Amino acid sequence: MQPAITLDDVAPLARGCAVLGTGGGGDVRSGALAAARAIREHGEVPLVTLADLDADALVVPLSGIGAPTVSHEMIHAEAEPDRIRDEIERLFGRPPAAVMSSEIGGSNGVAPVAWAARLGVPLLDADGMGRAFPEVQMVSMYVAGLPANLVIMSDVVGNVVTIRPVDGLWAERIARAVCVAAGSSALMADYVLTAREARGAVIEGTVTRAIAVGRSTDGAADPLAALRETLGAELLIGGKVTDVARRTAGGFVRGTVTVEGVAGDRGRTLTLEIQNENLVALEDGRVLAMVPDLITVVDTQAATAVQTEALRYGQRVSVLAWPCDPLWRTPKGLATAGPRAFGYDLDYVPVERSARVNGGTREAAR
Amino acid sequence: MTLRIGIDVGGTNTDAAVLDRSDRIVARAKRPTTPDVTGGLRAALAAVLDELGDRAGAVTRVMLGTTHATNAILERRALGRVAVLRLGAPATTSIPPLEDWPDDLRRAVAAGAAILPGGYFVDGRPIAPLDAGAVRRFLAGTAAAGPVEAVAVTGVFSPASADQEQRVAEIVRAELGESVAISLSHEIGSLGLLERENATVLNAALYGVARDVTAALRVALEERGLAVETFFAQNDGTLMAVDYAARYPVLTIGSGPANSLRGAAFLSGVGDAIVADVGGTSTDLGVLTGGFPRESAAAVEIGGVSTNFRMPDILSVALGGGTVVGGGPQSGGDGAALGPRSVGYRITEEALVFGGATPTMTDAAVAAGRGRVGTHPVTAAERLARAVRLADEMVVDAVDRIALGKADRPLIAVGGGAFILPDALPGVGEVVRPKDAEVANAVGAAIALASGRFETIAPAGAGRAAAVERAKEEAAARAAAAGADPARVRIVELTEIPLSYLPESAVRVHVKAAGPLT
Repeated sequence: MQPAITLDDVAPLARGCAVLGTGGGGDVRSGALAAARAIREHGEVPLVTLADLDADALVVPLSGIGAPTVSHEMIHAEAEPDRIRDEIERLFGRPPAAVMSSEIGGSNGVAPVAWAARLGVPLLDADGMGRAFPEVQMVSMYVAGLPANLVIMSDVVGNVVTIRPVDGLWAERIARAVCVAAGSSALMADYVLTAREARGAVIEGTVTRAIAVGRSTDGAADPLAALRETLGAELLIGGKVTDVARRTAGGFVRGTVTVEGVAGDRGRTLTLEIQNENLVALEDGRVLAMVPDLITVVDTQAATAVQTEALRYGQRVSVLAWPCDPLWRTPKGLATAGPRAFGYDLDYVPVERSARVNGGTREAAR
Repeated sequence: MTLRIGIDVGGTNTDAAVLDRSDRIVARAKRPTTPDVTGGLRAALAAVLDELGDRAGAVTRVMLGTTHATNAILERRALGRVAVLRLGAPATTSIPPLEDWPDDLRRAVAAGAAILPGGYFVDGRPIAPLDAGAVRRFLAGTAAAGPVEAVAVTGVFSPASADQEQRVAEIVRAELGESVAISLSHEIGSLGLLERENATVLNAALYGVARDVTAALRVALEERGLAVETFFAQNDGTLMAVDYAARYPVLTIGSGPANSLRGAAFLSGVGDAIVADVGGTSTDLGVLTGGFPRESAAAVEIGGVSTNFRMPDILSVALGGGTVVGGGPQSGGDGAALGPRSVGYRITEEALVFGGATPTMTDAAVAAGRGRVGTHPVTAAERLARAVRLADEMVVDAVDRIALGKADRPLIAVGGGAFILPDALPGVGEVVRPKDAEVANAVGAAIALASGRFETIAPAGAGRAAAVERAKEEAAARAAAAGADPARVRIVELTEIPLSYLPESAVRVHVKAAGPLT
C-alpha cells in the first residue's frame, strides 16, 4: 500500500517542520490547520518518491512567500494552488503530477499537504532545502544547476504572475517585489521540474523525516534525548536565554541571543546569531556550528522548537545542531547558503567537527 | 467614610476583603467556592457585610474577579448562539472560522458562519469592498435557521483599519435590532486573525453569562439595601466598569493570578518582586514589574480554543501546605519523599498538627519552626526535615526559572500556606511576608486600576512617532472607557516589535494604558 499523509500525521509533521525550521520558516500552526481541513475535505494525501513518478511527470515545488505577520493575519485563499496548477497546464500542456514543499522547515513544510489535497495530487517526499532559508534562490534546485527560469505566483485575490527570470537572484528580487504588491503574501511555484530533472536536485525523504522527528518525542521519558537521537544532533548547550537583542536590517530581523548554561553547562555562555533563522552558534569567539548546518533552539523539557521570534529572556532551552544535506556542503551550496552568503566572514566547518573540536558538546550525540 | 469590597473567586476558596478610603483592610472573609460560583460569591459577600454591620451602608464599590466566564466555556454552559462573520474573502478561505474549535463547543456556540468579501491588506487597501447585501443575506439566513443572540465580526487587519467592522455593526443593528449584541474583533484582540476571531466569538458567546453574574451580584447587594458600582477584574490585573465588562466579558478570564500578584504588590508595597502564592496543593509563582504582572509570551488556550490573550506568566509547582510527606503509610512505599499528592482541604483532619495521621508539608514546616499551626504538637523527625529541604530546593529552582536570571529581587509570600517558605532563599533579596497575605487576591481586585490596550502596525520611518502617539491616545481612551480617571491615565506598557519581509520596514506597536478609577 502506498503511504499517505493522514489526519494523524499532521500534528507530528508540524512539530517536525518546526524543528527543521531552525528558528524560522514561519509558524506551523495555520499550515497545520489548513492541512487538517484539506484532508478532511479532500481525503488523505498520497506520499510518493521520485521512483513512483514517470520521468516526464511534473513536480511543482510550492511555498508561501511573504511577511510572517501578514500570513498570520491574511490567511491564504483556498483557490491559490488551483491557479498555479492551471498556469502550469497552460505552459506545459499537462498538469503537475505531484506537489513538493520548497522548504520543509516551518510553515512551508506543512501547508503543501493542504495544497496537494486541494489539487488531488500526491505530495513528493522531498523538499528544496531540508531546512528553512530566507531567500528564494537558496534551494537545492539552484545548487544542482537547474536553470532558475520560471516562477509562478498566485495571490489572495486571484492574480497570477509568471516570471521568467535570468537567474535565481533575479527570481528572488522580482518575486519579492510582486509579493509586496500582492499585499506581502502569495503562493509561489519556484521551478517546475520533471521527475527526471528532480533527481539529485531535490532533498529526498524530508517529509518522512519531519514526521519521524515530530513523532520522536511522543511519550518519550526524555523528549530531548529522543529528539537528539532522531536528528543525530549535537547538544551545544543546555541553559537559559539571558539576552535577546533584535534589530531589523535589509527587511530581515537580525539579532543576537545569549544562552547561559545551567546544570552541567553552568559557567558556559553561547551566543546565537539570528537572521530569521539561527545561523551561527559561538562560544568565547569560537564557532560551534554555522549555517548551512541546522541549529535549532528547543524547550529543554518538552523538546519542542522555539522560533527566533518567540525567544524570550529566561526560557529554559537547549541548543541543538546537526549536519545539513551534503548538497549544501558543495562549493556552490556553500556559496549559496554558507556563512558568507549571510554576511559572516567565516570559513565553513562541518558541525560534527566544530562542535567537538571546540569543546561545545559535553558528550557525543550518539 | 466610603468602603469598597474586593472579591476573588478561586478554585478552592472565594475570598472577600473590604478596604476603606485609605486602603486599610477593615473586614475579610474566606468561603468555599461553590460549583455554581454565585453561591460562594454571595456567601463571601454576606460574611464581610455581616462583619461590617452598620458600616455596610458605606460600601460604594464592589470589584469582582470571577471564574464565571471560564467555567461557562469549560462546561459549555449558558453560552449564547453567535453568528460568526469574517470579512476577508477571497482571502482567508483556506481556514474557515472555528476550524480549531472542539466540536461540542462549536455546536454550542455557532449559529452560522461565513467568510464575506472585505478586509484590508497590510498597507490599508481593501482586499474587497464590503458587500452590504451579502451581510444582510447572511444575517437573515442565520436568523431564520435559529436563534441568534450575538454577532461576532472579524475583518482582516481590522486592528489597523476598523471601518468595515463598524459598518457591519450598523447593518446588524438595522437588521436584527438592538437586542442582538455585537462583538467587533478590533475591540477585542490584536493581530493574528484566527486567534482574534476566536476571542471575538467567545466574547460574543459570553454576553448572557456577563448579564447573569451582574444581575446576581446586584440582587445580592440590593437585598442588603446597597446600590453600588460594580467593576470586574480582567486578566492583566486591572479593572473594567460593569457596562464595559458587559461588552467585553471574555476579558474577565484569568483574572485570579493577576489579582493575587497585584494584591501582593499592594500589601507589601513592593512593585518589583517575585510573588509566591502558596495554597493547599500548589504554589503559583509570578513576577511583578512596576507593580504589574509580567505576561506570558505564549498565546493562551481557553477551553481548547487558541486566543491571543496575554495572561500573567505563572509557574505552578506541586507544593502546598497539604502536600503529603512521603515514606509514611500513604506514600505507597514508592519512596517519593514529597508530594505531589496533597490532602487538600482535608488538612484540618489529616495533618499531624491537627491530630491526623498523614505527615504533610504543614507538619514539616511546623517541626522546622517555621510556623505555629494546628492543635497538636509535632516532633521533629528526619523525614520531616528532609521534606523541608526538598521543598526549599523546589522553591529555589522555581524561583530561578521564573526570575529569568535577575537575582536579588524580593520574594513576596502570600496565600494560606506562605509560612512553609523559608525566611531566606538563594536568588532572592529578602522574603517579604505582608499582613493579610491570605486574602491578597481579594485585595488585588479591590485596589486595581482600570486599563485599556491598543495594538497596530506603524511604519518604522517618519510616520512612526505619530502612529505611536495615536496608539497611546487610543489605549488611554480605552482605559477611560473602562472606568479610569482620564486625568490620571498613564501609559504603563509600550512595546515595538520590528516586522520582517515588509516593503518598508514597519513595527508592531502594543500599548497599554491604566489609571485609578474616577
